[in-house]
Amino acid sequence: MSEAVATAPHTADTHSGAPRILDREPLVLNQRSYSWITNRICGIVENKQPSLWWLLFIPSVLLTGLMVFCFVYLISTGVGVWGQKQPVAWAWDITNFVFWIGIGHAGTLISAILFLTRQKWRTSVNRAAEAMTLFAVMCAGLFPAFHVGRVWMVWFLAPVPNANAIWQNFKSPLLWDVFAVSTYFTVSVIFWYIGLIPDLATLRDRCKPGLKKVLYGMFALGWRGANRHWSHYETAYMLLAALSTPLVLSVHSVVSFDFATSVVPGWHTTIFPPYFVAGAIFGGFAMVLTLMIPVSKIYGLGDLITPKHIDNMAKIILLTGTIVGYAYCMEFFMAYYSANKLELQTFQMRALHGPSIWAYIFMFSFNVFAPQLFWYRPFRHNLWVVMFVCMCVNAGMWFERYVIIATTLERHLVPGSWRVYEATWVDKYTFLGTFGFFMMLFLLFLRFLPVIAIGEVKGVLPQSNPHHDDHGKDGVQEEDLMGYPDRHVPREAAA
Amino acid sequence: MSTTLKRVHGFLAEFDSVKDLYHAAEHVRDAGYQRWDVHSPFPIHGMDHAMGVKRSKLPWLVFFGGMTGTCVAFFLQTITQTTFWSDIGLSFLQTLAETYPTVVQGKPTHIWTLPAFFPVMFELTILFSAFTTLFGLMGLIGLPRLNHPLFTSKRFGKFSDDGFFVCIEARDPKFSQEGTKSFLEKIGGKNVELVEDEI
Repeated sequence: MSEAVATAPHTADTHSGAPRILDREPLVLNQRSYSWITNRICGIVENKQPSLWWLLFIPSVLLTGLMVFCFVYLISTGVGVWGQKQPVAWAWDITNFVFWIGIGHAGTLISAILFLTRQKWRTSVNRAAEAMTLFAVMCAGLFPAFHVGRVWMVWFLAPVPNANAIWQNFKSPLLWDVFAVSTYFTVSVIFWYIGLIPDLATLRDRCKPGLKKVLYGMFALGWRGANRHWSHYETAYMLLAALSTPLVLSVHSVVSFDFATSVVPGWHTTIFPPYFVAGAIFGGFAMVLTLMIPVSKIYGLGDLITPKHIDNMAKIILLTGTIVGYAYCMEFFMAYYSANKLELQTFQMRALHGPSIWAYIFMFSFNVFAPQLFWYRPFRHNLWVVMFVCMCVNAGMWFERYVIIATTLERHLVPGSWRVYEATWVDKYTFLGTFGFFMMLFLLFLRFLPVIAIGEVKGVLPQSNPHHDDHGKDGVQEEDLMGYPDRHVPREAAA
Repeated sequence: MSTTLKRVHGFLAEFDSVKDLYHAAEHVRDAGYQRWDVHSPFPIHGMDHAMGVKRSKLPWLVFFGGMTGTCVAFFLQTITQTTFWSDIGLSFLQTLAETYPTVVQGKPTHIWTLPAFFPVMFELTILFSAFTTLFGLMGLIGLPRLNHPLFTSKRFGKFSDDGFFVCIEARDPKFSQEGTKSFLEKIGGKNVELVEDEI
């Protein structure tokens, strides 16, 4: 090692300042073997859960109970128990819907878009992120279902004619939303499940005969890792990634159409679809990190979820956060440039002298200023800073939706009907309850399914490439050395 | 003495690494075997080429599945929300569904309201494609199935952890009890075992 350190500067000098080619940062640290990965990830499912799991699980179940109670109270009393009154007809419920559905988007981004762009680091986080997507969409779906007022009539959303043979209005963005969200959920489940099949087979093969083995075996569908199967499987996986990519962009675009196609000042803007999508990815990555950093620490997955993963996700948060900040500013510019008094007034009320500027201040500082810390590398590598920024973003993205939805409606077209919105305790506890529901589902996922895609992580190890040592440079990727083999410096030597 | 009848499924050979498995696959391919496969815990890059496996036909199935979705959405929406089919003389389509196009938001009931139908057409295209991918995959690989002769092998369970296997099936025209065994040993296979299935 000391020898290598001594030779490293020499290598650089001989080439008169030409940049040195470093090894790629390994995706799995400490040169772990296949069976180490299997044991470590399956161990989470097979061993007893740490007491912290129970400490989180019990309150989550209680909060889920609170959510159920709030919904029962809502149904038995009426939607009046929520705080919305004219003109604020959409408030916390739709805010929560957009908040949760946005969180889901990071999961699909990691599983689909990063797959198509060959970002191999995704393998350590995609399983958990996709699970997060499903659970977030489940939480999201609850709100519009109850928002319709009479929840037992919610089947009217499905494309089935009612008793008068009248069909749904397919020209309405609200119905597009029904199709977008239900398709999104279904496709995410299929994508997640196809990814799980090989790992379920791993769990099956490790179980002793019994009920567990039967259940894992049934869901593994008799998978036996044959290459003739992998060949079709990989094609299917890529197809689903290619289908999910436009899908995930469409879902939040359609959600934004709910607002953008209306004629409400502050909503009627063409910037909404890209702005919503960037915001969704932004908020979703913050939630992925919020979940994965503790999971990695509690279950000792530091060799699989490395500083490189956290660094990459922090960079995405920085990028999307800055896009969101740009959109906030651009909204103001458009309001000014449109020369539309109502539009301009809406934005002035939002940010400068309206009744809810506190929400705007929270939104702007949490979403735009907080992520700027990530320009500085040591902050991206300090887990406390990363967790702090992610918490800011989680909160900030909720405030963003609140600002867009509730504070816009508070100052509607007719000043005579202006009213400041106030949430009731039912609003607040229902939202709190969905966090419990989300956490409960995520903890059950940790308990029963492999939190990291075992097969995919094995596939990105250097020894999984059949030609990895053909050129005598162990672990060094061929394309990096092509052209300038003499400028190569091993990573340890450069450190 | 046991009276259970057994049927030979094939020979299973184990290899140490991805590299060994890859080169073994090339040897088996070049020896002209047809009914054989390699088993690994993860997909191996380039293995299709080493085995001589053709590209999957799944994308074609998914293409037609997706187009079905587009058409379903197009007909669903135009039949129920426009007067287009009556206008071109195919009113039976609309009487079948007994429809009353909803006239709201100033959107007309003729065919030029089509752009408003694009989002649902897009979503159903994706939905139908995803289902075709799932069921097409299951159909092409012949899963789910409840059991397989390979699972009688004690060693085979390692395939989902860190085991790399080649299995040449008895159905292969070139298969022979002695020849195939020695062939697998010659190309570096370890623990070559005969897999038998109870019938």
